[in-house]
Amino acid sequence: MDNIQLLIETPPFALQLVIEGVLLGGIFALAAYGMALVWGVMNIINIVQGEWVMLGGFIAFALAQWGGVPSLFGIPVAAAALFAIGWLAYHTIIFRIVDRDLFTSILATFGLSILFQQLMNQIFGADVRTLESGLGSWYFFNSMVSISQTKVLGFVLAGVIAVVLTIFMRSSRMGQAIRATAQNARAARILGIDTDRVYAFTYGLNAAVCGAAGAIVVMAFTIHPYQGLIYTVRSFTIVVIAGLGNLPGVIASAFGLGIAEQYAGFTLGAEFQNAFVFLLLVVILVARNLKLQRRREVLR
Amino acid sequence: MSAAQLATAAGPKARVAGGYTALLIVSLLAPLVFPAYVTQFAFLWVLVVIALCWNVMGGEMGYNSFGNIVFFGVGMYATSVVQVGLYGDVGAYTAAKGGLALDLTVTQYFVGLGVGMFAGALLAVALAGILGLGMLGLRGHYFAIGTLGLGIAAAELAAGWDWIGAGSGMVPPNYPDAAGIDRTTVFYYLAFILAVATFFTLKRLRRGRFGLAINAIRDDEDKAEAMGLHTTRYKTVAWCVSAFFTAFAGGIVGNIVGFIDPRTVAFAGVTYGVWMVLMTVLGGKGTLWGPVVGAAVFHVTQELFWTYLLGWQRVALGLLIVLIVVFFPKGIVGYIRDKWPEKFGYTVDESATGAAADPAQQGGTR
Repeated sequence: MDNIQLLIETPPFALQLVIEGVLLGGIFALAAYGMALVWGVMNIINIVQGEWVMLGGFIAFALAQWGGVPSLFGIPVAAAALFAIGWLAYHTIIFRIVDRDLFTSILATFGLSILFQQLMNQIFGADVRTLESGLGSWYFFNSMVSISQTKVLGFVLAGVIAVVLTIFMRSSRMGQAIRATAQNARAARILGIDTDRVYAFTYGLNAAVCGAAGAIVVMAFTIHPYQGLIYTVRSFTIVVIAGLGNLPGVIASAFGLGIAEQYAGFTLGAEFQNAFVFLLLVVILVARNLKLQRRREVLR
Repeated sequence: MSAAQLATAAGPKARVAGGYTALLIVSLLAPLVFPAYVTQFAFLWVLVVIALCWNVMGGEMGYNSFGNIVFFGVGMYATSVVQVGLYGDVGAYTAAKGGLALDLTVTQYFVGLGVGMFAGALLAVALAGILGLGMLGLRGHYFAIGTLGLGIAAAELAAGWDWIGAGSGMVPPNYPDAAGIDRTTVFYYLAFILAVATFFTLKRLRRGRFGLAINAIRDDEDKAEAMGLHTTRYKTVAWCVSAFFTAFAGGIVGNIVGFIDPRTVAFAGVTYGVWMVLMTVLGGKGTLWGPVVGAAVFHVTQELFWTYLLGWQRVALGLLIVLIVVFFPKGIVGYIRDKWPEKFGYTVDESATGAAADPAQQGGTR
């Protein structure tokens, strides 16, 4: 409770939390956008989402730490590698579960999530990793507010990726095919779209976006093998709040979630920040359900 | 053919009774014959219990609860808190981080254990009732992921709660040396009794109206509701039953392991939490014997082979889940049932078409 007092008495602290939250939210928005894409196009809740972020982070980390390349270079490499992994995952596992019931798709992607989480734990160990960017911080209000330049850089890069992605979805042939398949897969198939290829590409694209996000995370924040699930849950929460195919909504709720997490971490203590994220998911799901019930409409 | 005729001559009832008696004798004698493996056998019964309980939700009712681990952990913590709290100060005990040993007499220990396990189970039932109010209104993906969130949230909350030891966990009280019977043997028989009680309770429940109702909810919840079933009531009861026995299993595991870590023992999503789902799917979800068979097969495989994997067993676990769910979703018992439906009491009508012989169309999943 002392911390709440502190927030009220010194507004710069509150400002600091908001800024940190928005910078964090940029990453969440990327992962959530990918989840909404796969959910909308293939009707799969991709539990392995967070693991793609984590894998991207570890690829960028390994490149910079052992390959000696600049850490910014890790972003395209991680994206490309994750595209390949996602494409492979589609052609080995995911294509078998696209038309199956929801239990199968959730449990199969959950199995993949455990697989990659434990694989990275075996290879890299459970330590928390980060890349030193060598950039400093900007200070405002008598050093009461500090903004890490790396985080700002990561935020800008996330924005660039989002813009490129939007243009791609709007104007490229594949982007149009993806949107057509999302609207009506059967009609798309009749009109000559190879939906299997579209699914494979969508799944790979999602993994690539997450991989790029992960490469940003390892520069601006930290990664470790067990953080995948929390990114999945964050993405799911954001998509549930924003709805499918609503990019401005995804961005707004990602910022909201980032800010809410920062405030929760500050007021409840850092040890309860993760618990807050998971409980928030439960609260939002239940609240949403109650709202739907009150309107007495058919669910889904 | 002659064996089958003999069995038919003896009557199916006698055969079933004989089967149960044989299982009972083997189970009762197992700790005496193989004293070195008592702990493993005890774990087998615990796994059977949690798989059976998960099957009530995921298999029979179609509600894929990834949050049953919450009740497991709650049962575990509650049992130990009561065991300590009856004879000492819980806060001081956990603050000492294992440095403060409670010297309990035999009676004190067993009274504490019994009261603790029942308290844990009742707490879990209450929790299932309260959580059920909100959670069981969710459908499909939303329920699955919501319960997944609950499981992890519980682990994080327990890891932040100082009174029960926070991140450094809690140690159940020491087993009294004067008891005259080996500690692992006691917990083996406790686990066995629990497994038997769970199995027959669930067997009885699925025979009656309750079983039909939750199967109807799985098949089409809206229709079941339109037919006048109080679906919310049935769903809540099912979750409470599931929670009740899972909490007992948790209480036993806490005492066998002897150390309660919030993330890797109590609310262990990556081990028990996933195992209960995997074992049920492996054995055949929605069947009575599926979880039992699945738990046995999984546990034996794990004990025999996984020591050779040297830390890669959790990677193998992930792979196993994917393989079983994608390629073998019916499970062992489900596969056998489809292969030999007459052994399961389905009358296969030879004159009818192949579709009518499908057991799913004749009697659901019984």
